[in-house]
Amino acid sequence: MQPAFADPPADAARAFRAVMEAMARPGTLRSVASPAPEGLSPAAAAVLLVLADQTTPVWTRAGRDWLIFHTGAPIAATRAEATFAVGRWDDLAPLTDWDAGTPDYPDRSATLIVEVPALDGPGHRLTGPGIETEASLPLPDPQALAANAARYPLGVDLILTCGERLAALPRSTRIDLETL
Amino acid sequence: MTEYNFAYLDEPTKKMIRRAILKGLAVPGYQVPFASREMPMPYGWGTGGVQVTAACLVPEDRLKVIDQGADDTTNAVSIRAFFARVAGVATTTRTREATLIQTRHRIPETPLSPDQILVYQVPIPEPLRFLEPRETETRRMHALEEYGLMHVKLYEDIARHGAIATSYAYPALVNGRHVLDPSPIPRFDNPKLESPAIQLFGAGREQRIYAIPPFTRVVSLDFEDHPFEASKAEGACALCGATTSYLDEIVADDAGTRRFQCSDTDYCAERRA
Repeated sequence: MQPAFADPPADAARAFRAVMEAMARPGTLRSVASPAPEGLSPAAAAVLLVLADQTTPVWTRAGRDWLIFHTGAPIAATRAEATFAVGRWDDLAPLTDWDAGTPDYPDRSATLIVEVPALDGPGHRLTGPGIETEASLPLPDPQALAANAARYPLGVDLILTCGERLAALPRSTRIDLETL
Repeated sequence: MTEYNFAYLDEPTKKMIRRAILKGLAVPGYQVPFASREMPMPYGWGTGGVQVTAACLVPEDRLKVIDQGADDTTNAVSIRAFFARVAGVATTTRTREATLIQTRHRIPETPLSPDQILVYQVPIPEPLRFLEPRETETRRMHALEEYGLMHVKLYEDIARHGAIATSYAYPALVNGRHVLDPSPIPRFDNPKLESPAIQLFGAGREQRIYAIPPFTRVVSLDFEDHPFEASKAEGACALCGATTSYLDEIVADDAGTRRFQCSDTDYCAERRA
Protein backbone atom coordinates (compact mmCIF):
# COMPACT_ATOMS: atom_id res chain seq x y z
CA MET A 1 0.00 0.00 0.00
CA GLN A 2 1.18 3.50 -0.84
CA PRO A 3 1.93 5.80 2.10
CA ALA A 4 0.24 9.17 2.71
CA PHE A 5 1.78 12.52 3.74
CA ALA A 6 5.16 12.11 5.45
CA ASP A 7 4.53 15.00 7.86
CA PRO A 8 0.70 15.14 8.00
CA PRO A 9 0.09 18.47 9.84
CA ALA A 10 2.52 20.52 7.74
CA ASP A 11 1.99 18.70 4.43
CA ALA A 12 -1.79 18.86 4.76
CA ALA A 13 -1.59 22.56 5.66
CA ARG A 14 0.47 23.37 2.57
CA ALA A 15 -1.75 21.24 0.34
CA PHE A 16 -4.90 22.85 1.71
CA ARG A 17 -3.47 26.31 1.12
CA ALA A 18 -2.94 25.39 -2.52
CA VAL A 19 -6.47 23.99 -2.84
CA MET A 20 -7.92 27.07 -1.15
CA GLU A 21 -5.98 29.43 -3.44
CA ALA A 22 -7.25 27.43 -6.42
CA MET A 23 -10.87 27.58 -5.21
CA ALA A 24 -10.54 31.31 -4.44
CA ARG A 25 -9.01 32.06 -7.85
CA PRO A 26 -10.79 29.85 -10.41
CA GLY A 27 -8.71 29.01 -13.46
CA THR A 28 -5.31 29.40 -11.78
CA LEU A 29 -3.02 26.36 -11.48
CA ARG A 30 -1.41 25.09 -8.26
CA SER A 31 1.07 22.32 -7.57
CA VAL A 32 -0.04 19.75 -5.00
CA ALA A 33 1.12 16.18 -4.53
CA SER A 34 1.09 13.25 -2.15
CA PRO A 35 1.95 9.58 -2.57
CA ALA A 36 -0.94 8.14 -4.59
CA PRO A 37 -2.43 4.69 -5.10
CA GLU A 38 -2.73 3.24 -8.60
CA GLY A 39 -5.44 5.01 -10.56
CA LEU A 40 -5.27 8.34 -8.71
CA SER A 41 -3.08 11.31 -9.60
CA PRO A 42 -0.79 12.73 -6.89
CA ALA A 43 -2.91 15.91 -6.88
CA ALA A 44 -6.23 14.06 -6.48
CA ALA A 45 -4.75 11.89 -3.73
CA ALA A 46 -3.53 14.99 -1.89
CA VAL A 47 -6.98 16.63 -2.06
CA LEU A 48 -8.57 13.51 -0.55
CA LEU A 49 -5.97 13.34 2.22
CA VAL A 50 -6.62 16.99 3.07
CA LEU A 51 -10.42 16.90 3.06
CA ALA A 52 -11.87 13.38 3.43
CA ASP A 53 -12.67 11.75 6.77
CA GLN A 54 -15.20 9.43 8.47
CA THR A 55 -18.03 11.90 7.86
CA THR A 56 -17.54 12.27 4.09
CA PRO A 57 -18.60 9.38 1.83
CA VAL A 58 -16.29 9.27 -1.20
CA TRP A 59 -17.33 7.88 -4.56
CA THR A 60 -14.32 6.35 -6.31
CA ARG A 61 -13.31 3.38 -8.42
CA ALA A 62 -9.59 3.67 -7.72
CA GLY A 63 -7.58 3.54 -4.51
CA ARG A 64 -10.39 2.42 -2.20
CA ASP A 65 -8.23 0.49 0.28
CA TRP A 66 -5.70 3.32 0.37
CA LEU A 67 -8.43 5.89 1.00
CA ILE A 68 -10.10 3.90 3.78
CA PHE A 69 -6.77 3.14 5.47
CA HIS A 70 -5.46 6.70 5.45
CA THR A 71 -8.62 8.79 5.90
CA GLY A 72 -11.28 6.45 7.30
CA ALA A 73 -13.71 7.80 4.70
CA PRO A 74 -16.55 5.42 3.79
CA ILE A 75 -16.97 4.47 0.14
CA ALA A 76 -20.23 6.01 -1.11
CA ALA A 77 -22.80 3.33 -1.96
CA THR A 78 -24.72 5.68 -4.26
CA ARG A 79 -23.73 8.78 -6.22
CA ALA A 80 -26.36 10.88 -4.45
CA GLU A 81 -24.85 10.33 -0.98
CA ALA A 82 -21.26 11.21 -1.94
CA THR A 83 -19.59 14.25 -0.38
CA PHE A 84 -16.60 13.78 -2.66
CA ALA A 85 -16.28 11.95 -5.97
CA VAL A 86 -13.10 11.31 -7.85
CA GLY A 87 -12.63 9.99 -11.38
CA ARG A 88 -12.41 10.90 -15.03
CA TRP A 89 -15.17 12.98 -16.57
CA ASP A 90 -16.79 9.91 -18.17
CA ASP A 91 -16.99 8.27 -14.75
CA LEU A 92 -18.59 11.33 -13.15
CA ALA A 93 -21.01 12.62 -15.81
CA PRO A 94 -23.82 13.58 -15.68
CA LEU A 95 -23.40 16.29 -13.07
CA THR A 96 -27.05 16.05 -12.06
CA ASP A 97 -26.30 12.70 -10.34
CA TRP A 98 -24.56 14.49 -7.49
CA ASP A 99 -25.90 16.36 -4.50
CA ALA A 100 -26.22 20.05 -5.40
CA GLY A 101 -27.22 21.20 -1.91
CA THR A 102 -30.57 22.65 -0.85
CA PRO A 103 -31.81 26.25 -1.03
CA ASP A 104 -31.43 26.51 2.77
CA TYR A 105 -28.05 24.75 2.82
CA PRO A 106 -26.26 25.19 -0.52
CA ASP A 107 -23.00 24.17 1.21
CA ARG A 108 -24.27 20.59 1.51
CA SER A 109 -23.26 19.80 -2.05
CA ALA A 110 -20.76 17.39 -3.50
CA THR A 111 -17.23 18.32 -4.52
CA LEU A 112 -16.03 16.51 -7.63
CA ILE A 113 -12.35 15.80 -8.19
CA VAL A 114 -12.06 15.38 -11.94
CA GLU A 115 -8.94 13.80 -13.40
CA VAL A 116 -8.42 15.66 -16.67
CA PRO A 117 -5.86 15.00 -19.45
CA ALA A 118 -4.58 18.61 -19.45
CA LEU A 119 -4.93 21.88 -17.57
CA ASP A 120 -3.06 23.98 -20.13
CA GLY A 121 -4.27 25.00 -23.53
CA PRO A 122 -7.23 26.85 -24.96
CA GLY A 123 -10.33 27.06 -22.82
CA HIS A 124 -13.56 28.93 -22.41
CA ARG A 125 -13.59 32.40 -20.93
CA LEU A 126 -14.34 32.35 -17.21
CA THR A 127 -15.59 35.26 -15.11
CA GLY A 128 -16.96 35.66 -11.60
CA PRO A 129 -15.76 35.79 -8.00
CA GLY A 130 -12.00 35.34 -7.65
CA ILE A 131 -11.31 36.46 -11.23
CA GLU A 132 -10.12 40.04 -11.76
CA THR A 133 -10.89 40.32 -15.46
CA GLU A 134 -11.09 36.89 -17.02
CA ALA A 135 -9.51 33.44 -16.81
CA SER A 136 -9.62 30.36 -18.99
CA LEU A 137 -9.41 26.64 -18.47
CA PRO A 138 -9.89 23.64 -20.78
CA LEU A 139 -13.17 22.11 -19.57
CA PRO A 140 -14.44 18.56 -20.13
CA ASP A 141 -18.06 19.49 -20.96
CA PRO A 142 -18.62 23.27 -21.00
CA GLN A 143 -22.38 23.01 -21.60
CA ALA A 144 -22.93 20.77 -18.58
CA LEU A 145 -20.70 22.98 -16.42
CA ALA A 146 -22.48 26.15 -17.55
CA ALA A 147 -25.78 24.48 -16.60
CA ASN A 148 -24.31 23.71 -13.18
CA ALA A 149 -23.26 27.36 -12.75
CA ALA A 150 -26.75 28.49 -13.78
CA ARG A 151 -28.19 26.72 -10.72
CA TYR A 152 -26.24 29.07 -8.41
CA PRO A 153 -26.28 29.19 -5.40
CA LEU A 154 -26.94 25.44 -5.77
CA GLY A 155 -24.56 23.24 -7.68
CA VAL A 156 -21.47 21.09 -7.35
CA ASP A 157 -17.91 22.43 -7.12
CA LEU A 158 -15.09 20.98 -9.19
CA ILE A 159 -11.42 20.47 -8.57
CA LEU A 160 -9.66 19.55 -11.81
CA THR A 161 -6.52 17.48 -11.30
CA CYS A 162 -3.75 16.49 -13.71
CA GLY A 163 -0.59 14.85 -12.42
CA GLU A 164 0.77 17.05 -9.65
CA ARG A 165 -1.28 20.10 -10.57
CA LEU A 166 -4.84 21.24 -10.00
CA ALA A 167 -7.28 24.04 -10.69
CA ALA A 168 -10.77 24.65 -9.34
CA LEU A 169 -14.10 25.53 -10.87
CA PRO A 170 -16.59 26.50 -8.16
CA ARG A 171 -20.27 26.85 -9.07
CA SER A 172 -19.90 30.64 -8.84
CA THR A 173 -17.73 30.78 -11.98
CA ARG A 174 -19.58 31.84 -15.11
CA ILE A 175 -18.58 30.07 -18.32
CA ASP A 176 -18.82 31.96 -21.61
CA LEU A 177 -19.84 29.30 -24.14
CA GLU A 178 -19.34 31.66 -27.09
CA THR A 179 -15.59 31.78 -26.62
CA LEU A 180 -12.85 29.25 -27.13
CA MET B 1 5.85 23.98 20.42
CA THR B 2 6.42 20.22 20.29
CA GLU B 3 3.69 19.62 22.88
CA TYR B 4 1.01 20.87 20.46
CA ASN B 5 -0.13 19.62 17.07
CA PHE B 6 0.76 22.22 14.42
CA ALA B 7 -1.52 25.24 14.90
CA TYR B 8 -3.20 23.76 18.01
CA LEU B 9 -6.23 22.08 16.42
CA ASP B 10 -6.29 18.33 15.78
CA GLU B 11 -6.21 17.23 12.14
CA PRO B 12 -9.85 15.99 11.91
CA THR B 13 -11.05 19.39 13.17
CA LYS B 14 -8.91 21.18 10.61
CA LYS B 15 -10.39 18.98 7.85
CA MET B 16 -13.91 19.96 8.91
CA ILE B 17 -13.03 23.67 8.97
CA ARG B 18 -11.20 23.43 5.65
CA ARG B 19 -14.23 21.87 3.97
CA ALA B 20 -16.37 24.73 5.30
CA ILE B 21 -13.89 27.33 4.01
CA LEU B 22 -13.94 25.82 0.50
CA LYS B 23 -17.76 25.82 0.39
CA GLY B 24 -17.71 29.37 1.70
CA LEU B 25 -15.44 30.42 -1.18
CA ALA B 26 -17.68 28.60 -3.67
CA VAL B 27 -20.76 30.53 -2.48
CA PRO B 28 -19.41 33.98 -1.54
CA GLY B 29 -21.25 35.58 1.37
CA TYR B 30 -23.22 32.46 2.32
CA GLN B 31 -22.73 31.45 5.97
CA VAL B 32 -21.51 27.85 6.18
CA PRO B 33 -22.30 26.11 9.49
CA PHE B 34 -19.31 24.43 11.11
CA ALA B 35 -18.69 22.50 14.32
CA SER B 36 -16.90 25.24 16.24
CA ARG B 37 -14.58 23.97 18.96
CA GLU B 38 -13.86 25.15 22.45
CA MET B 39 -10.70 27.23 22.25
CA PRO B 40 -8.39 28.25 25.09
CA MET B 41 -9.95 31.72 25.15
CA PRO B 42 -13.49 32.94 25.81
CA TYR B 43 -16.12 33.51 23.13
CA GLY B 44 -15.92 37.11 22.03
CA TRP B 45 -12.14 37.01 21.95
CA GLY B 46 -11.94 35.75 18.41
CA THR B 47 -12.46 32.00 18.68
CA GLY B 48 -13.94 31.87 15.18
CA GLY B 49 -11.08 33.80 13.64
CA VAL B 50 -8.56 31.71 15.54
CA GLN B 51 -10.04 28.47 14.22
CA VAL B 52 -10.03 29.74 10.63
CA THR B 53 -6.46 30.97 11.03
CA ALA B 54 -5.40 27.61 12.51
CA ALA B 55 -6.91 25.77 9.53
CA CYS B 56 -5.16 28.06 7.02
CA LEU B 57 -1.71 28.54 8.54
CA VAL B 58 1.36 26.95 6.95
CA PRO B 59 4.72 26.81 8.73
CA GLU B 60 6.13 29.45 6.35
CA ASP B 61 3.48 32.06 7.22
CA ARG B 62 4.17 35.42 8.83
CA LEU B 63 1.19 36.32 11.01
CA LYS B 64 -0.15 39.73 11.95
CA VAL B 65 -3.06 40.20 14.37
CA ILE B 66 -4.92 43.46 14.87
CA ASP B 67 -7.66 44.51 17.24
CA GLN B 68 -9.54 47.64 16.09
CA GLY B 69 -6.51 48.39 13.93
CA ALA B 70 -3.99 48.11 16.76
CA ASP B 71 -1.22 45.51 17.06
CA ASP B 72 -0.56 46.23 20.72
CA THR B 73 -3.87 45.55 22.47
CA THR B 74 -4.46 42.53 24.71
CA ASN B 75 -6.50 40.56 22.17
CA ALA B 76 -3.99 41.07 19.35
CA VAL B 77 -0.94 40.38 21.49
CA SER B 78 -2.49 37.23 22.98
CA ILE B 79 -3.51 35.69 19.67
CA ARG B 80 -0.16 36.52 18.09
CA ALA B 81 1.67 34.90 21.01
CA PHE B 82 -0.71 31.93 20.87
CA PHE B 83 0.17 31.08 17.26
CA ALA B 84 3.86 31.82 17.75
CA ARG B 85 3.74 29.13 20.43
CA VAL B 86 1.42 26.49 18.97
CA ALA B 87 2.36 26.83 15.29
CA GLY B 88 5.88 28.20 15.54
CA VAL B 89 5.11 30.75 12.83
CA ALA B 90 6.86 34.08 12.47
CA THR B 91 4.88 37.15 13.50
CA THR B 92 4.97 40.78 12.49
CA THR B 93 3.15 44.03 13.08
CA ARG B 94 3.88 45.30 9.56
CA THR B 95 0.94 44.93 7.20
CA ARG B 96 3.22 44.72 4.17
CA GLU B 97 5.26 41.84 5.62
CA ALA B 98 2.34 39.68 6.76
CA THR B 99 1.10 36.71 4.74
CA LEU B 100 -1.93 36.13 6.96
CA ILE B 101 -3.66 38.85 8.97
CA GLN B 102 -6.27 38.09 11.60
CA THR B 103 -8.39 41.11 12.37
CA ARG B 104 -10.94 42.26 14.85
CA HIS B 105 -13.14 44.96 13.34
CA ARG B 106 -10.78 46.77 10.92
CA ILE B 107 -9.29 46.36 7.45
CA PRO B 108 -5.69 47.68 7.36
CA GLU B 109 -5.16 51.06 5.69
CA THR B 110 -2.26 49.70 3.63
CA PRO B 111 -3.75 48.05 0.51
CA LEU B 112 -3.62 44.25 0.67
CA SER B 113 -1.85 42.18 -1.97
CA PRO B 114 -2.94 38.94 -3.70
CA ASP B 115 -0.41 37.05 -1.54
CA GLN B 116 -2.26 37.91 1.66
CA ILE B 117 -5.19 36.37 3.51
CA LEU B 118 -7.40 38.42 5.81
CA VAL B 119 -9.26 36.51 8.57
CA TYR B 120 -12.05 38.36 10.37
CA GLN B 121 -13.28 37.68 13.90
CA VAL B 122 -17.06 37.82 13.74
CA PRO B 123 -19.42 38.18 16.72
CA ILE B 124 -22.83 37.98 14.95
CA PRO B 125 -22.54 36.66 11.39
CA GLU B 126 -26.22 37.00 10.48
CA PRO B 127 -26.98 40.48 9.06
CA LEU B 128 -30.71 39.86 9.51
CA ARG B 129 -30.48 38.65 13.12
CA PHE B 130 -31.61 41.87 14.82
CA LEU B 131 -34.50 42.13 12.38
CA GLU B 132 -35.57 38.46 12.62
CA PRO B 133 -34.39 36.42 15.62
CA ARG B 134 -35.34 32.98 14.27
CA GLU B 135 -32.50 31.16 12.50
CA THR B 136 -35.02 29.06 10.52
CA GLU B 137 -36.52 32.26 9.14
CA THR B 138 -33.28 34.09 8.31
CA ARG B 139 -31.97 30.96 6.57
CA ARG B 140 -35.13 30.88 4.45
CA MET B 141 -34.82 34.62 3.74
CA HIS B 142 -31.30 34.09 2.36
CA ALA B 143 -32.54 31.13 0.31
CA LEU B 144 -35.30 33.27 -1.22
CA GLU B 145 -33.06 36.33 -1.58
CA GLU B 146 -35.64 38.15 0.55
CA TYR B 147 -33.76 41.21 1.76
CA GLY B 148 -36.62 43.73 1.81
CA LEU B 149 -36.49 43.91 5.61
CA MET B 150 -32.90 45.13 5.48
CA HIS B 151 -33.85 47.95 3.14
CA VAL B 152 -36.73 48.88 5.44
CA LYS B 153 -34.24 49.14 8.30
CA LEU B 154 -31.98 51.45 6.29
CA TYR B 155 -35.02 53.45 5.19
CA GLU B 156 -36.11 53.90 8.82
CA ASP B 157 -32.63 55.30 9.51
CA ILE B 158 -33.23 57.91 6.82
CA ALA B 159 -36.75 58.70 8.05
CA ARG B 160 -35.50 59.19 11.60
CA HIS B 161 -32.03 60.69 11.13
CA GLY B 162 -32.07 62.06 7.60
CA ALA B 163 -29.25 59.72 6.61
CA ILE B 164 -28.33 56.05 6.96
CA ALA B 165 -27.08 55.98 10.56
CA THR B 166 -25.59 52.47 10.47
CA SER B 167 -21.91 53.24 11.01
CA TYR B 168 -20.41 49.77 11.46
CA ALA B 169 -21.31 46.20 10.44
CA TYR B 170 -22.82 47.85 7.40
CA PRO B 171 -24.60 45.21 5.27
CA ALA B 172 -23.28 44.48 1.79
CA LEU B 173 -24.48 42.42 -1.17
CA VAL B 174 -21.85 39.91 -2.32
CA ASN B 175 -21.65 38.60 -5.88
CA GLY B 176 -25.13 40.01 -6.48
CA ARG B 177 -26.73 37.29 -4.38
CA HIS B 178 -26.03 37.07 -0.62
CA VAL B 179 -26.21 39.90 1.89
CA LEU B 180 -23.47 39.57 4.51
CA ASP B 181 -22.45 41.23 7.72
CA PRO B 182 -18.83 42.34 7.20
CA SER B 183 -18.30 42.01 11.00
CA PRO B 184 -18.31 45.27 12.97
CA ILE B 185 -15.78 47.05 10.75
CA PRO B 186 -16.54 50.77 10.38
CA ARG B 187 -18.43 51.48 7.17
CA PHE B 188 -15.35 53.49 6.19
CA ASP B 189 -13.78 50.08 5.46
CA ASN B 190 -16.63 48.67 3.34
CA PRO B 191 -15.14 49.75 -0.03
CA LYS B 192 -12.04 47.71 0.85
CA LEU B 193 -14.15 44.51 0.91
CA GLU B 194 -13.45 44.38 -2.84
CA SER B 195 -9.89 43.21 -2.49
CA PRO B 196 -7.17 41.25 -4.28
CA ALA B 197 -6.72 39.23 -1.04
CA ILE B 198 -8.78 36.26 0.13
CA GLN B 199 -11.12 37.29 2.95
CA LEU B 200 -12.38 34.68 5.41
CA PHE B 201 -14.85 35.25 8.25
CA GLY B 202 -15.09 33.07 11.35
CA ALA B 203 -17.79 33.25 14.04
CA GLY B 204 -16.93 30.83 16.85
CA ARG B 205 -19.90 31.10 19.20
CA GLU B 206 -22.36 31.28 16.28
CA GLN B 207 -20.56 28.47 14.41
CA ARG B 208 -20.43 30.06 10.98
CA ILE B 209 -17.72 30.55 8.35
CA TYR B 210 -18.09 32.68 5.24
CA ALA B 211 -15.80 34.11 2.62
CA ILE B 212 -15.23 36.72 -0.05
CA PRO B 213 -12.92 35.52 -2.84
CA PRO B 214 -10.56 38.10 -4.41
CA PHE B 215 -12.13 40.64 -6.79
CA THR B 216 -15.66 39.61 -5.85
CA ARG B 217 -18.21 42.35 -6.34
CA VAL B 218 -19.31 43.70 -2.95
CA VAL B 219 -21.95 46.43 -2.92
CA SER B 220 -22.87 48.22 0.30
CA LEU B 221 -26.67 48.50 0.44
CA ASP B 222 -28.08 51.96 -0.21
CA PHE B 223 -30.71 53.93 -2.10
CA GLU B 224 -30.40 55.93 -5.34
CA ASP B 225 -31.18 59.17 -3.50
CA HIS B 226 -29.13 58.21 -0.42
CA PRO B 227 -25.99 56.60 -1.82
CA PHE B 228 -23.58 54.74 0.45
CA GLU B 229 -20.90 56.93 2.00
CA ALA B 230 -17.68 55.63 3.58
CA SER B 231 -17.64 58.10 6.43
CA LYS B 232 -15.00 58.88 9.06
CA ALA B 233 -14.45 61.50 11.73
CA GLU B 234 -13.52 64.91 10.36
CA GLY B 235 -10.01 65.73 11.49
CA ALA B 236 -6.38 64.70 11.29
CA CYS B 237 -4.32 62.21 13.30
CA ALA B 238 -2.61 63.98 16.20
CA LEU B 239 0.47 61.76 15.75
CA CYS B 240 1.06 61.48 12.00
CA GLY B 241 -1.27 64.12 10.58
CA ALA B 242 -3.12 61.71 8.30
CA THR B 243 -6.48 63.00 7.10
CA THR B 244 -7.50 60.02 4.99
CA SER B 245 -7.13 57.18 7.50
CA TYR B 246 -9.83 56.00 9.93
CA LEU B 247 -9.54 57.93 13.20
CA ASP B 248 -10.27 57.03 16.81
CA GLU B 249 -11.46 59.83 19.06
CA ILE B 250 -9.55 59.82 22.34
CA VAL B 251 -10.15 61.78 25.55
CA ALA B 252 -6.68 63.11 26.32
CA ASP B 253 -6.97 64.61 29.83
CA ASP B 254 -9.27 65.20 32.80
CA ALA B 255 -10.53 68.42 31.26
CA GLY B 256 -12.13 66.36 28.47
CA THR B 257 -9.82 67.50 25.71
CA ARG B 258 -10.38 65.31 22.68
CA ARG B 259 -8.04 64.40 19.92
CA PHE B 260 -7.98 62.04 16.98
CA GLN B 261 -5.51 59.29 16.30
CA CYS B 262 -5.10 56.69 13.52
CA SER B 263 -6.88 53.46 14.44
CA ASP B 264 -4.32 51.53 12.32
CA THR B 265 -1.17 51.67 14.49
CA ASP B 266 1.13 50.18 11.85
CA TYR B 267 -0.01 52.68 9.23
CA CYS B 268 0.52 55.54 11.68
CA ALA B 269 3.95 54.31 12.80
CA GLU B 270 5.06 53.85 9.19
CA ARG B 271 4.08 57.42 8.34
CA ARG B 272 6.06 58.73 11.32
CA ALA B 273 9.16 56.57 10.66
